[in-house]
Amino acid sequence: MSCLQTIQDYGLRSLGYGERLLPKTDFTLCEQFTLIGSGMIWNVYFGVMALVTGFFFATALALGKASSNIWLRKPSEWFIFIFRGSPLFIQFFFAYFFFLSLKKAYPMFDAFTSAWLGALIVLFFNTAAYSGEIFYGALRSIPKGDVEAADAYGMSGWARFRRIIWPTMLRLAWPAYTNEAIFLFHATTLVFFSAFPAWRQKGDALYYASYFADKTFNPFVPYPILAFYFILLTLVIVGIFGMINTRLNRHLPKARKAKMRFRPNLAR
Amino acid sequence: MFSYCADPDTLGTFRWFSCYLTNGVHMSFYLSFIKVLALLAITAPVALAFGFAGAMSARSHIPPVSWLGKGYIAIVRGVPDIAFFLFFVIALDQAFEWTRHQILCPDWTDPIRQGNDFLVCAQAKLPLGTSPEWVHETYGFFLAVITFAIVFGAFAANVLFGGMRAVPHAQLETAEAYGMSRRQTFWRVLVPQMWVYALPGLSNLWMVLIKATPLLFLLGVEDIVYWARELGGTKTSKFTAYPHGDWRMWYFLFLLVFYLAFTRVSEIALERLMQKLSHGQATTGGEAQRKEAVA
Repeated sequence: MSCLQTIQDYGLRSLGYGERLLPKTDFTLCEQFTLIGSGMIWNVYFGVMALVTGFFFATALALGKASSNIWLRKPSEWFIFIFRGSPLFIQFFFAYFFFLSLKKAYPMFDAFTSAWLGALIVLFFNTAAYSGEIFYGALRSIPKGDVEAADAYGMSGWARFRRIIWPTMLRLAWPAYTNEAIFLFHATTLVFFSAFPAWRQKGDALYYASYFADKTFNPFVPYPILAFYFILLTLVIVGIFGMINTRLNRHLPKARKAKMRFRPNLAR
Repeated sequence: MFSYCADPDTLGTFRWFSCYLTNGVHMSFYLSFIKVLALLAITAPVALAFGFAGAMSARSHIPPVSWLGKGYIAIVRGVPDIAFFLFFVIALDQAFEWTRHQILCPDWTDPIRQGNDFLVCAQAKLPLGTSPEWVHETYGFFLAVITFAIVFGAFAANVLFGGMRAVPHAQLETAEAYGMSRRQTFWRVLVPQMWVYALPGLSNLWMVLIKATPLLFLLGVEDIVYWARELGGTKTSKFTAYPHGDWRMWYFLFLLVFYLAFTRVSEIALERLMQKLSHGQATTGGEAQRKEAVA
């Protein structure tokens, strides 16, 4: 079987298209590359969706935590504390069993027990909490002069936030936020290893990599392939975020531009 | 546990729970918490040692050694750590068995990798097929510790490398001016000073390490996640004296609270330590303390 045929059969296997049965014996390098790459679709899906939705919630959380109103501040603080203080792995387990109980009581929660929605919600909350803390830190280090200048121009409320505070906050938070994004994509590999079931073997990249490692008892092929894909993904993220960073800092003289520091990070 | 536990069906709610939560399997559950703490207690210093070695080799002036150190830091950090956990557990096991195979059975002619199998002679098996259950468990735990140490060693290496670079250069130049050799400068001037700079990163690492402990479950160790799943599942009266529905949600809620408390306590303790270490240091933290004392 040619490699092109394999790609046709298994390229979209993780979404349920193509060949139904996974290869059982005589795994070729092409099959491993294709299936693990196919699994990456899920990693990208989880990462991108959680990042885009989490961004707005994170801004709200940061503003809540910096607010002087106790009814806004306390819930934001607790939300951030709970999601940053506990392991993501346990959060996945808890959320899955929580949704399972909900489903028993109300059948309309059926979708929440499958990974595409349930795990996405956990990742969304999780990244919102981590980014919220980053944005909060940035919010506190906005130069006093910038806000005073805005006041002097007669800006207040929404205009001041939209034109001064928010862009400055993003600018300050961006390097740390880039790490958070990389970190989030790495965390997506946990989904199918916690309780969320990979229905009909539609799993993510690590799911397929460990499938091959279990079947061949040879970890030296599938995991390096996985590493290759993730390094590629990390480079793409760094590239995109670097472009946004340049755009955010486009008004600054060259020498003062904040240098992007590439610090992919740690487990949660 | 208690004398009235003989017939749980007749007990009231409170007594039923007091019996339920102290039965044999729950003792194993509580014991697995000790396992997690033991893992932390062993891994933290070993990972620090790995990290120190990694940072030292990354600073080395011999190019291959420095590449090795930098590569170690970069690779482990660029790829999801869970992939490394899954990889190292098999890879280390096979590496040990392969080495033993080469030493113990030199006249074995069959290839070790036959299709989808990894075959070594019976004497090279780790642990030996005849050894008791606890040896298997200890071996699994040992593999987990090494895996954690390798992965977190890379993170620690990165932090320590940064800490070493943060030590003011003038200090090192002064040491050289006093005629110290490179080795003496490293051990007598650089290493004692770098800890203050490395501590924020290391304490962050400690928090991350705590939060990574549930991944023990993936390494095949019977840890708290394993027991929470086992104990929480629906039990019928056929198999146990304490039948109950699906309580896994509550067990994992308990784990969540356990980790929250654990990280919170560590956070407070580390803050105290930082206060102590920055006392009298020429850093912003030390400066703030000085001002407070004056005012």
